[in-house]
Amino acid sequence: MSLISLSISELQAQFRSKAVSPVEALEALEARIQAVDGEIAGYLNRDYAAALKAAQNADVNLPLGGVPIAIKDLINVKGESCTCASKILQGYRAPYDATVITRLKAAGAIPFGRTNMDEFAMGSSTENSAFAITRNPWDTDRIPGGSSGGSAAVVAADEAFASLGSDTGGSIRQPAALCGCVGLKPSYGRVSRFGLVAFASSLDQIGPFSKTVRDSALILNAISGHDPMDSTCLNEPVPDFTAKLGRDLKGVRLGMPKEYFVSGTDPQVDQAVRAAIKQYESLGAEIVEISLPHTQHAVAVYYIIATAEASANLARFDGVRYGHRTAEASNILEHYGRTREEGFGPEVKRRIILGTYVLSSGYYDAYYLRAQKVRTLIRQDFARAFEKVDAIICPTSPEAAFKVGDRSEDPLRMYLADIFTIAVNLAGICGISLPCGFAQVEGKPLPVGLQLIGKPFAEAELLQIAHAYEQSTNWHKARPVIG
Amino acid sequence: MKNYLVTIGLEVHVQLKTRSKMFCGCPVEFGAQPNTHTCPVCLGMPGALPVMNHQALKMTALTGLMLGCTIPPVCKFDRKHYFYPDMPKNYQISQYDLPLCLGGGVPLHQLAFPKDVQKTVANPDKVIPLTRIHLEEDVAKSTHFDASSGIDFNRAGTPLMEIVSDPEISSPEEAFAYLTSLKQILIYGNVSDADMEKGQMRCDCNISLRPEGQTELGTKIEIKNMNTISGVRRALAYEIERQTACLDRGEKLLQETRRWDDASGQTSLMRVKESEADYRYFPDPDLLPVKTEAIVAEVRPFVPELPATKRARFASQYGVSAYDAGVLANDLPLASYFEKAAANARNPKNVANWILNELLSSLSNTETGIEACPISPEHLDELVNVIDEGKISGKQGKEVFAEMFATGKAPGVIIEEKGLKQESDLGAIEALCDQAIAANPKAVAEYKSGKLASINFLKGQVMKLSQGKANPAVAGEVLAKKLA
Ligand SMILES: [Zn+2]
Repeated sequence: MSLISLSISELQAQFRSKAVSPVEALEALEARIQAVDGEIAGYLNRDYAAALKAAQNADVNLPLGGVPIAIKDLINVKGESCTCASKILQGYRAPYDATVITRLKAAGAIPFGRTNMDEFAMGSSTENSAFAITRNPWDTDRIPGGSSGGSAAVVAADEAFASLGSDTGGSIRQPAALCGCVGLKPSYGRVSRFGLVAFASSLDQIGPFSKTVRDSALILNAISGHDPMDSTCLNEPVPDFTAKLGRDLKGVRLGMPKEYFVSGTDPQVDQAVRAAIKQYESLGAEIVEISLPHTQHAVAVYYIIATAEASANLARFDGVRYGHRTAEASNILEHYGRTREEGFGPEVKRRIILGTYVLSSGYYDAYYLRAQKVRTLIRQDFARAFEKVDAIICPTSPEAAFKVGDRSEDPLRMYLADIFTIAVNLAGICGISLPCGFAQVEGKPLPVGLQLIGKPFAEAELLQIAHAYEQSTNWHKARPVIG
Repeated sequence: MKNYLVTIGLEVHVQLKTRSKMFCGCPVEFGAQPNTHTCPVCLGMPGALPVMNHQALKMTALTGLMLGCTIPPVCKFDRKHYFYPDMPKNYQISQYDLPLCLGGGVPLHQLAFPKDVQKTVANPDKVIPLTRIHLEEDVAKSTHFDASSGIDFNRAGTPLMEIVSDPEISSPEEAFAYLTSLKQILIYGNVSDADMEKGQMRCDCNISLRPEGQTELGTKIEIKNMNTISGVRRALAYEIERQTACLDRGEKLLQETRRWDDASGQTSLMRVKESEADYRYFPDPDLLPVKTEAIVAEVRPFVPELPATKRARFASQYGVSAYDAGVLANDLPLASYFEKAAANARNPKNVANWILNELLSSLSNTETGIEACPISPEHLDELVNVIDEGKISGKQGKEVFAEMFATGKAPGVIIEEKGLKQESDLGAIEALCDQAIAANPKAVAEYKSGKLASINFLKGQVMKLSQGKANPAVAGEVLAKKLA
């Protein structure tokens, strides 16, 4: 196995035995990026010189010592660009480190490279980036998922050992599924959002992409915990998320939500997920049918709450203090109009308009307030289910990766790509996607993702359950052939 | 010509005296170089998040307690949206439907009214009810140059408390008294210096006129840009006159916002409000709702004695007149000066007189604040005592006072230095009296013929002979005895 294909745990063993140095690992990674990223377009930017300096000074005994980690382009890293894949932030340089970056650095990791995404994390295909369309490493005619498509693709293509993404409605789990890697969305309040450019503040959560479940646990160890800079980051105890890995599944009950196993899901995806469920049974888990009756409303509720919050969060991009500023404005209103017209892409505009509408006087009660009530019902669905089961098992995405351009004209159909992931964000609970097989489409294997959903702040148990399956299969070892 | 009823409501913004801003750690300091007290949070940089300033919550809760408000168990913060360059996020974090304080009121009192109406005001002790008090962040400060504008974000994100009155103010003078009384209370609670000229207290007025007999309120007009409390009074008086003239002419008033120009003494149209602005309020998802119970418990011990209570206590405890008690309590530092001076005084009323007459005029002549008063309260009490004891005359007292004010020395030291000890020795005074009687037969004759005031002339002569040292009271007694 080549150096660039190693998991973080394997890489660290190499570092600590001095077989490989962090500089050598970074050099190998840079060579790989130069070789394949022309095809994948997972990165928007990277500062190799800065990373090299960090690698030279790396302390490999730290939990993530010397490990380069790619960062989605909406997390502030001091001195680096942070465009959110939007023209409106072209030229902006982050004046501060996000809390997750401070913590990664403290754990010895090297933030390296800015990964592509849907503009302001709005999308499920990374086609909404203002700068590039990231390609799925398994079939470069296809999308990698989104919005953290770049972060998923670079891990799957061995252009990164791991990466950080953000998940508002599935933006980590869905691209992880489509690219065949592990993607974890922690519980809301587990990881600080300070320094994450907000899309929908009550839903956003930062999480890792990795090649193995253990690696995600290692990264979560580094980035979790209370942050006085984020009032929504809760003061919950942070366990060692690797502690339960390797325990067996005796007595573990997994819930199959009947609403998530219905027609509409691609048959190959359905088959792969059902096979995974069988595998869990053989590992000793008990499978229980459950119901999440209100999840059918999740997509509607999501597009009201997320767009409402986004319309406010994106108001600050006005060209007054930073970012793109129109060259042609004769008064302040024109300045705002033109700056934002030129700076934002069509999907972002669509969502700002939607969000502005649902918050408007006279519509607030009918949309926003009502959506919040249904959100509570969805949360209660999960709470009730978790009285019976330890975790919920279902597909991550109803289908494998689709072709570039296939959905761009049909936003509604695009929104349905997140149908299985959105409710998790609305409920504030944790979820993970891990590889569970392949769909054969047009002669090419396309990864299928298995989603496990856990109780609030039960990431340790969720990772344990995911890890047991992963270690009983070889799916996570498969690599795409690029070029 | 009809009579019109005036309805006024005030929205007062108060800058709180917190060390740091509302949602970040930047210091609150005015007059610093532009944009030196900023950070990603108060500049609205991408990814920055607000964190609640508990000091601001406590100060607002304290204000609520001082004004008798109800403090509901939970309050929350909302986003109020509008685009303006001085607003870094293009939304302001404010409180919409669950403010920190509800109800309450501002008590007026005679001395809070403008001097020229104090004697004639019909209802000096009216209480103006409040609608609510909420907390929000201030915006930045724009400065307009010839071809550009500058924005100073030092002020952006500083805590601002908004106190909204019910529309229960019925004259410009009441508005004046409301602001004066409110300012006093805010200073008493040490939550703000509430200086309008420094922008620490800003006031928007809503005013409407309706013909007597009509119950429905008239068209509401908002006035902005008053920089003093008397400016508020003048602006309202101007508006009443202007609107009365309009209504008398049969014109229909439009709902509009007007700007007060203090120099010209007029308001001018800023904008007509065609419809209510839609601020699209919704709960800020970055901030959790705030439970108030613990905050209220924490600040309750800090509720100070309020001006009204202090006035009453000064009158009953020290025997000063209601008016004097009012003047003393009007100004918190003056009140505490008085209390220190009066603490062990044999005659607190005289202490009050010295403060209200000599001390205040010396302070104002030298433009000195009471905090920097060169005479310590203890020394003032000492001075009043030596006069009351007859050790020096009242006239000498003024001389000593002037010296004390100039040098800060103790009165005893000055009396010693100047040899001002009053002559109360009976033998010495009797000799002087004999001298004066012998030298002024005309005055003696007048006195004996019934013109009793002539004794004052003789007393003056005794004082002259003693070079002012004789105790005038003793001299008077001796003269009366000798002439009887
Ligand atoms: Zn700040």
